[in-house]
Order: sequence, then structure tokens, then C-alpha cells
Amino acid sequence: MGVEICVEGLTKSFGRQVIWQDVSLTLPAGEVSVMLGPSGTGKSVFLKTLVGLLKPDRGSVKVAGRDITKLREHELYEVRKLFGVLFQDGALFGSMNLYDNIAFPLREHTRKPESEIRRIVLEKMDMVGLIGAESKLPGEISGGMRKRAGLARALVLDPEIILFDEPDSGLDPVRVAYLNQLIVDLNAQIDATFLIVTHDIASARQVPDNIGLLFRRELVMFGPRERLLTSDEPVVRQFLHGRMQGPIGMAEEKDAAQVEQELAQLDDTGRVPEITPRLLPGPGITRPPRWEAIARREAELHCAEGAGA
Amino acid sequence: MSLSPTGALRHSGSLFALALDVLRTLPRRPFQAREFIQQAWFVASVTILPTALVSIPFGAVIALQIGSLTRQLGAQSFAGAASVLAVLREASPIVTALLIAGAGGTAICADLGARKIREEIDAMQVLGIDPIHRLVVPRVLASMVVAVLLNGLVSVVGVAGGYFFNVVLQNGTPGAYLASFTTLAQLSDLWAAELKALVFGAIAGIVASYKGLTAKGGPKGVGDAVNQSVVITFMLLFVTNFVMTAVYFQVVPQRG
Repeated sequence: MGVEICVEGLTKSFGRQVIWQDVSLTLPAGEVSVMLGPSGTGKSVFLKTLVGLLKPDRGSVKVAGRDITKLREHELYEVRKLFGVLFQDGALFGSMNLYDNIAFPLREHTRKPESEIRRIVLEKMDMVGLIGAESKLPGEISGGMRKRAGLARALVLDPEIILFDEPDSGLDPVRVAYLNQLIVDLNAQIDATFLIVTHDIASARQVPDNIGLLFRRELVMFGPRERLLTSDEPVVRQFLHGRMQGPIGMAEEKDAAQVEQELAQLDDTGRVPEITPRLLPGPGITRPPRWEAIARREAELHCAEGAGA
Repeated sequence: MSLSPTGALRHSGSLFALALDVLRTLPRRPFQAREFIQQAWFVASVTILPTALVSIPFGAVIALQIGSLTRQLGAQSFAGAASVLAVLREASPIVTALLIAGAGGTAICADLGARKIREEIDAMQVLGIDPIHRLVVPRVLASMVVAVLLNGLVSVVGVAGGYFFNVVLQNGTPGAYLASFTTLAQLSDLWAAELKALVFGAIAGIVASYKGLTAKGGPKGVGDAVNQSVVITFMLLFVTNFVMTAVYFQVVPQRG
């Protein structure tokens, strides 16, 4: 069963530059959450703060009841075993082949015999579709494969929490779709708590239970997917629709008058925003009760929509 | 590097913090024997040849200088004694230091720096593995051990080179050269030199690891880190060398 992460009043700055301040949210156990935000709003910094790689200026991060920000170094290493993190480029060890990369956490942390390690590694490699590439070096494979290998390595210790740092950056749309399906399937299978940091709206609309949006050095909103998809908040709407009209500018935020003018011209306040259907676990996956409930609700929702139209 | 006045202080503070961490992590089991042997082999393989090639002319220069100096002073019989002393006490630890920092340290720094910017170090920490225990300690130990061994190599090659130049090229007498070997030098000189080499190896390893682990800003950052690590190591080594030499003369009674 996944673990809840409770973030309270988190503030981080580098020197005089505040990255974000007073971020409070709870990632519910076993659910998929997405953290959105324009480039350069400190999404990756947020993720690194959650695992204790960076120390926040203020605030607390409670994982399974323990405050990450106050732990001593060796306790931190213990708590980190709960986490699996997929880094942007996979962060594979360049000197090892894929098999050794994925086996690395097992060899370091467990006393399992090599045959057992082999079984687990091949199982995870099969899960991410990398069978046959065991002896390749990270430098010899494509970015998409590196990501999947990074994911397999993150999964190998059966983590309670999995963090994804831009799983879809630099991938083609088809691979992104596969990866999203993989994420949903994984959630149904291992029941861990997921946090995905991204700026890909299509994934954010389909995959998660909860969405959060970081903008202008703070957490604009965090809540269930439906609430954000139907939100009237201009920043949320602009970002989820990926359009130019709204508070988010090219370089910085725009001035208030310009935003108002743009929004007036746009005039879509009357329209009801559509809710994208949710991505469900694939047919071969046995769904736990949580996913059964989601699937039922999705079916009802879109059935009703179909009848209405 | 930041240019603020506290920047330099902060960096030296973090450097010492890393040194303490290494010291504290040293006894932790399991010892990373495999990594240690690989690194020791690696550092040795990048330093042995340049060290041998540098120490021959180094020994020769000392022999030439001392040969002409002793002739001017009319103390040719002491040529052997003086050149052994010079090679053993100063030349070999310094040559070792230059090579361990220049060849070994840069390789360590570049390796760790590349891992840092590829987020491998972060990934390792997230996987619950302490990079200091897994990567830094074996490297520091490897550079210490290799420094001690290199110091022996430099001493032998340097003395042999000195002998060759004094006897063959400056027409010194082999017998006198060999006979005066131990008139000034003593065994504690060798121990002191080995101790220096050990400390130099530790400093080179720690500075290189520190600079590598704090590299940032992409490939250029790694280049900068390597550059700074050489400069900082050289400065520290020469200061340490001076202090250790001064202490040595106070502690160990000299011959003659």
C-alpha cells in the first residue's frame, strides 16, 4: 500500500531568488498526482525537496509520519528506500550496462542470491519492455529507452512512492501514450503513491487523480482532476488549454491590464470545459477496488454525456 | 564560483565538511573493496608512466646542480649524500604530489563531475546509497595508497637518475657517490617522505572529489571543476609540504 506525503508551508530559495513559497499539499496514499507548471517554476526543485536532496528554507515534508527535512543523513537514506525516482534523462550509471544498472539497488541493499536478482530484474525489464537490451550501455540507447530503464531501476526495490521528473519530455507522442499507459497500469498493479512532474497537458488531463499547478512562486491550486479541469481560475485555464491568452507570458508574467483585455477578448466563460476521459489500466491488468470505482465512475460520466448529446 | 566575500569561506567550510565525512565514513562496513581496487588500478595506470618519465629528468637536474655546487665548494665526496637527501626529502614527495593531483585528481574529478551533472549522484542518493561511502572513500584511499607507492617509485628512479648523471656524465667516482649515501640521509627521511605522500594523496583525493561532487552547469561546469581542483590541490599541497617539512626538522634530530 502506498504512503501519504504531507507537505506544509514549504519554501525554497536560491540566494535571494525565491523559487516557490508556502506550498502546502497532501499527496493521498496510492493515488496518482501531477504537478504542472510553466518551465522554470521549480518543479524539479520541488521533487528533489520531497526526497531530501535539497533542504527547504522553511516548512515540512512528512513521509509516513516522518519529517524528511529534519532527519539526519543516515535516517534519510533509510526513508529514501521508500522512494523510486525516475529522473529526467533516466540518470543511469554510464559505466554499467542496463542489467547491472537495474540490479544495482538490489545488490546494494539486499542479500538476495544472484538467481533471485536475475528473476526480479528480468521481470521489471519485461514490465517496461526492455527485454533483449540487457547488455546495452546507457550511451548506446535512445532517450525513450533510457527513461524506461530508469523506471525499471526505480521499481526494483518495490517502492511505496514513485516520483517522475518529466517522463514525457523529449519523447514522441506515441511513446508518451505508451508511457502514460504504463504509469496507469503500474499504479493499478503496485498501488504506490505516484507524483508526476510535467508540463505536458495531454498527459495531465488523462492520467492523474489530482493535479497541482505551480506558477508565480506559489502553488496556485491543488485538487482532484475534475476540479482543476473545470476551474475558472485564469492561470489554470490558460495552462490546461495551452493558449497564449492569460496571465502566463513568454518570459515572465504579464501586467494585469493586458491579461484582462486578453481574457475579455477570449470570452469563453460561458462554455463548460470538457473533461477528458481518464486513462484506465489495460485489459490484462487485474484492477484493485480503487480502479474499479474509477472505471465505474468514468463509464457513468461518459454514458451520461453521450445521452445528453 | 561565487564572488561574494563569504563564498570562499563557505567553500573551504564545505571542503572540510567533506573531509570529515570521509573520515567518519571510513570505518563503515561493507568496505567497497572492488571499487577501491578498480580505482587504485585506475589512478596507478594514469600516473605511473608520467611519474617515471618526470622523475628521471628531475633526478638529473638535482644531480647536475649538486654536482657543480659540490665541485665549487670542493666537497665532491658529498655529492651522493646531498643528491640522495634532496631526492628523498623534497623532490619525490613534490613530484608525487604534482602527478597525483595532475593526473589522478583530475581523472577522479572529471569522473565524479560527469556523474554529478548526469544526475547519477542524485539517483544514487535516492536509491539510498551514500555516494561518500560508495564512491568518495574508495577513491581517496586509492589515491593515498597509490601516492605512497609512487613516492617509492620516484625515489628509486630519481636516485638512479642522479647516480647516472653524476657518475657517467659528470665523471664523479662511483665509490664515493655510493659510500656517502648514508652520511646525511637516514631512514626517518624515507618515512617522512612516505607520510607526506600519504597526506598529499588524501588531499588530492578529497579536493578532486569535492570539486567533482559540486560541479554544476553542464559539461563546462565539469571542465571548470577539474581546473579548480588542480589549482586548489597544488596550493594546498605546497602549503602542507612546507608545514610538514618544518615540523619534521623540529621533531627528528638531524645527522652530522
